[in-house]
Amino acid sequence: MSKSTSISDTLNFLASQNYVADRSLATAISLALNLNRPLLLEGEAGVGKTEVAKVLAGALNRRLIRLQCYEGLDVSSAVYEWNYSRQMIEIRLAESEGVQNREQIADDIYSKKFLVERPLLQALTVQDSGAPVLLIDEIDRADEPFEAYLLEILSDFQITIPEIGTITAEKPPIVIVTSNRTREIHDALKRRCFYYWVDYPTAERELEILAVKAPQASENLARQIVAFIQKLREEDLYKVPGVAETIDWAHALVQLDAISLDESVVDDTLGTLLKYQDDIEKIRGHEAARLLEHIQAGVSAIQ
Amino acid sequence: MNAEVCDARGEFVSNVVHFGRLLRSAGISVGTGRILDAIRAIDAVGVESREDFYWTLHAVFVNHPRQRLIFDQAFQVFWRNPRILERAMSLVLPQIRAPMDDSSQEMANRLSDVLFSNMKTNNIAQEQETETEIRATLTYSDRERLQTADFDSMSKAELEQVQKVIAKMRFAFKELKTRRFQAHPQGDRLDMRKTIKKSLRGTADTISLSRMKRRSLPPPVVVLCDISGSMSEYSRMLLHFSHALMLSRAHVTCFVFGTRLTNISRLLKTKDVDIALSQVSDTVEDWFGGTRIGECLEKFNRFWVRRLPVHSSVVLLVTDGLDRAESGRLEPQIQLLHRSCRHLIWLNPLLRYHEFEPKVEGIRTMLPHVDEFRPVHNLESLASLAEALTIRPWQQQKNDLYTPGRKWNLKNLSSSLSIPLITQ
Repeated sequence: MSKSTSISDTLNFLASQNYVADRSLATAISLALNLNRPLLLEGEAGVGKTEVAKVLAGALNRRLIRLQCYEGLDVSSAVYEWNYSRQMIEIRLAESEGVQNREQIADDIYSKKFLVERPLLQALTVQDSGAPVLLIDEIDRADEPFEAYLLEILSDFQITIPEIGTITAEKPPIVIVTSNRTREIHDALKRRCFYYWVDYPTAERELEILAVKAPQASENLARQIVAFIQKLREEDLYKVPGVAETIDWAHALVQLDAISLDESVVDDTLGTLLKYQDDIEKIRGHEAARLLEHIQAGVSAIQ
Repeated sequence: MNAEVCDARGEFVSNVVHFGRLLRSAGISVGTGRILDAIRAIDAVGVESREDFYWTLHAVFVNHPRQRLIFDQAFQVFWRNPRILERAMSLVLPQIRAPMDDSSQEMANRLSDVLFSNMKTNNIAQEQETETEIRATLTYSDRERLQTADFDSMSKAELEQVQKVIAKMRFAFKELKTRRFQAHPQGDRLDMRKTIKKSLRGTADTISLSRMKRRSLPPPVVVLCDISGSMSEYSRMLLHFSHALMLSRAHVTCFVFGTRLTNISRLLKTKDVDIALSQVSDTVEDWFGGTRIGECLEKFNRFWVRRLPVHSSVVLLVTDGLDRAESGRLEPQIQLLHRSCRHLIWLNPLLRYHEFEPKVEGIRTMLPHVDEFRPVHNLESLASLAEALTIRPWQQQKNDLYTPGRKWNLKNLSSSLSIPLITQ
């Protein structure tokens, strides 16, 4: 890694990967890069948390290693596992060769050769391009024991395998941890990370995002989309749309050759925006018309 | 580096330290390590503007969305004129311990409390010539008048009875299979790692196989307890019950509701039941008022269902079902709750009346959407609840479950413990 990455540098390389970020997020990322500390990103679903890791890997030309967390994720699927069949063949071979010393066999089969590396162990290996980017996605889905296991890895970048010893990363990986806050992450883990809350973007920022992510949408349409969604986020909904939904919706509207928003087109495409039936029913028809009227009044006021 | 620069740096570092302590006193846990991190971070990142400085400190000190507001206020206040606070801090800090609370309005007050409650007494504000521009809002008016519930202390005999019952309680719902494995002699999977390891020990010609099976855990429990006026006689007992439940297993979350929903899990975690209950009594504000079941369930569905492992939980809904508001709002919410949890049990004290029939609309609305319906009004029924929870659902006798249209008969609930906890 270059000696230090300033906030402006960070903003630039995020932009080069088509990721429109606030300066505040760039600050947190640049801190994580400079001080070799994991970055914990929290926020509602669909605000671009996972994307950060992908963009980082792309911009810095590193390998992206992704660990998707789930309930009951354990060491053998997250960190390492012994290659049992190879070990058995090795034992068999040793016996047929007449090796009597079991100590000797044990030393042989518990070497790195027989280790199946899973994401976390892979992340400690440095490649030509540098240390990889490790994305630990949706850590709130994993259970507490796994979270506790992560502590050693995230603070010292090392993993202890009882049969071999401790494996330490030559160069610490860039770690991005994301959480949707379906449960609270333990303080001990938070303490080891820099923290950033990814919020819904402002209208301006969202327009920029659309310009980058859905350039096919005309400026007028994009403006309407953003105004509508910003208004929608103020509504009392079970799940308000995130940035991902905004982009999806823009793509959908472009596919339908919509030039501007009207009631029927909104009703038809509401499914890309709202993911709960109750929400869709609430907004469809009358409410959507009201929102549309509101944003049209707003747009004409600007013009 | 000349002396002036050194001085400036020293002052800057000490300001960061004071800022950290300000945050700590406002309830954000900031240790010395964090403060060192902050200084290191500022050096590393190359701060170009006040905004950068803000977000650098933010990344280090904040680790919960709730803390953002308080950080923001503390930052705005402190870095405008740290001088004022420096001195205030040294006087204020040692004795302040701010409580944790969810309400953002209260957090705003919390900071002004920390900053100004002692400043007034110490006349520091007067010493300072410039007038501070901070609004020390003490908006108590917009808070409901606290209605502190009075938990009569239980008689010793009663308490012992309760403890006995509670000690008996074994909640053995069908356990949830996890994706983890544990060693088990009759397990259905081979533990290869152990088997190979064992085979290398000793000199036997045969390999003995080690087995494992999926580990299962008791499901999490969510308690939603009504504390409105009509439930007042039972509140104390039910809170004791919740407390016992809380201590007995790992994943229990407790809420009380009347006109609003309050999460009391953190308060109930205190080991001593008296302390725990008095904390609850102090915190909860809607004791013995009306009930808005629909509204409270809506709040639960909206804010908590996705924050807790509700989908795998057993939900105990403790209420008499006498809803103050219209039931049109209740039905979709109870439906949604039923859909999102594993097993919904309704505990209803009204079942103590032999002639109980679901006539009230609220009750009729909720009945079709619960998996189980049980009385809970005295120790006896509490004991029978514990008993029922001990039996796995599929072993439960049919006549133990409530069926609409059938009269509830208390005699069904035989139990050796017959001293009612609360006399009516």
